[in-house]
Amino acid sequence: MTALLDIRHLTRAFDGLLAVSDVSFSIAGGQITALIGPNGAGKSTLLNLVSGTLPPTGGVITYQGQVISGCPPHRIAEYGIARTFQHVELFMNMTAAENVMVGRHLRSRGTLFSAMFRLFGTAAEERRVREDALRFLERVGLREDADTPASALPFGRQRLLEIARALATEPKLLLLDEAASGLSTREKRELVSLIYAIRDAGVTIFMVDHDMDLVMSISDAVVVLDHGEKIAEGTPTAVQHDARVIAAYLGEEAAHA
Amino acid sequence: MSRVRPSPTLISVLLGIALVALAPCVVTNSYALVPLTFIAIYTILVIGLNMLMGYAGQVSLGHAAFFAIGAYTSAILSTQYGCSPWAAMPAGMALAGIVALLVGMPCLRLRGHYLAMATLGFGMIVYILLMEWPDSPPLLLATLGRLLHLPASTPWPFTGGASGLPDIPALAIGSFVFHTNLQKFYLTWAFAILALLLCANIVNSRVGRALRAVHGSEAAAATLGVNIAAYKIHVFVLSAILAALAGSLYAHAVGFISPPTFNFIRSVDFVVMVVIGGMASIWGAVLGAGTIVLLGNWLQDVGAKFPRLAEFDLIIHSAILILVMIFMPAGIVCTARDAVLRRLRGRATAPAAAAPAHSEEVATP
Repeated sequence: MTALLDIRHLTRAFDGLLAVSDVSFSIAGGQITALIGPNGAGKSTLLNLVSGTLPPTGGVITYQGQVISGCPPHRIAEYGIARTFQHVELFMNMTAAENVMVGRHLRSRGTLFSAMFRLFGTAAEERRVREDALRFLERVGLREDADTPASALPFGRQRLLEIARALATEPKLLLLDEAASGLSTREKRELVSLIYAIRDAGVTIFMVDHDMDLVMSISDAVVVLDHGEKIAEGTPTAVQHDARVIAAYLGEEAAHA
Repeated sequence: MSRVRPSPTLISVLLGIALVALAPCVVTNSYALVPLTFIAIYTILVIGLNMLMGYAGQVSLGHAAFFAIGAYTSAILSTQYGCSPWAAMPAGMALAGIVALLVGMPCLRLRGHYLAMATLGFGMIVYILLMEWPDSPPLLLATLGRLLHLPASTPWPFTGGASGLPDIPALAIGSFVFHTNLQKFYLTWAFAILALLLCANIVNSRVGRALRAVHGSEAAAATLGVNIAAYKIHVFVLSAILAALAGSLYAHAVGFISPPTFNFIRSVDFVVMVVIGGMASIWGAVLGAGTIVLLGNWLQDVGAKFPRLAEFDLIIHSAILILVMIFMPAGIVCTARDAVLRRLRGRATAPAAAAPAHSEEVATP
């Protein structure tokens, strides 16, 4: 078991508030790793740090032996890390197919200049990019929605479209930020089989989620954050019986009651 | 879905060519072709600014300066250095591109509207340079020239200051010189349609898609590998090059340039043209440029009767900007298209909608 992603002493402060504080763990290649924790534990922040959406204030993230922390997000995408967003961040001004075509950005080469003068190969590349995009839509079951504007898709399909767009970059590591939130039970079941299919295709998955049943049933490893600090790490069963985890979640429930 | 179906771009371009070819049949007065020529020139500039504002989400308040760089480079090289206008034109475009790179690079790496502020200052600097440019080399430069053993006969470029530069040669192909209003009309519109075609190609490409994606969600575009800062700089440089092309065409079409044409306040007019036409709609550029040019002409006509009115053009342009932003934030083209679509759809659904209303009336005693 080799670590694909290694996080060491990762810290992110917002005006003195530590959203992520001295967190260290690693993600094994080919597995499904989940990051859980009560609201405000810093899960999304941590995901943003890995994808480069936010720069860390301390610590190091290593991906396949290369330091990626501090790189801008488009560089991190080039390394083979893709993500979805907690609050769907689709290009609402474009169709489903066009959204996925943007996902092929790194897998195509057209420049401003070649596009302007429709240089040799431009049209062929465009056709190929669209065909690729349709293939990725097919994978998540959205083939027939290809020419529907992203804004007109129902919420569940928008989530799937985000996954298709991320897959279109052909990532080695896929970050899913609350991919199941807002989905119906049936949609969640479909999501689970999609996640398995993605994992079986050789993509490592690192997911943040609230849905405890979902996380515990599909992940190989679980990392638990509370108040920005890692409080537990291990197999789903081990984590479920961890006293600090139980305290953190019970504490949250007590506070809500 | 057939692949042979002509693209909307091709249809628009052919339509544009047909309109331009036929326009002189309708507009028989050759003086009336002059404003139409200006529309072509400003269209070229506005397309670039439109892509910058609509696709890269940045505002430039200094495009009059890039317009000036194109015009003055063309004018100086062709009148003082004996260059062919066809060589002077790309030289101005290249210079504008390099300057845009230098101005844009530091601003566009940052988020926010730093470019608007930087270009505003840049526009003022260029305007002042045009006005105050010395007629002979300053002592320091003259000494440097002597040290570098430049021949004493090397001409010093001059801008003519407030009185401007006259006698700029017209563009010519071989012995055919574009000097009548009709010839200039066709020449400038050929360039404008070419610019529209090239920019439409960009919009419908990998780069255009990336730009639209940035418009939709910067965060998502970046995580898909789109280098946002780089694309913003590319589009800014492209818009500056188009502005310089417009400037160069202006210089060779009018034959005389002077600083007021390139006053930094003119940059606001260009922004108004973009907003009227609609951001992220390059075909709107024609309408935006057309509205402001024709409005300016009309104001001049009215101004002949009411001499003080011409002084209010800035106020009038600003009022238009505000009204368009309030009532048609998508610009004329998109608003009109949506209105037409709504009307068509309304007609299609109207009988269906009327029927249940009628039966309801019957049902309720």
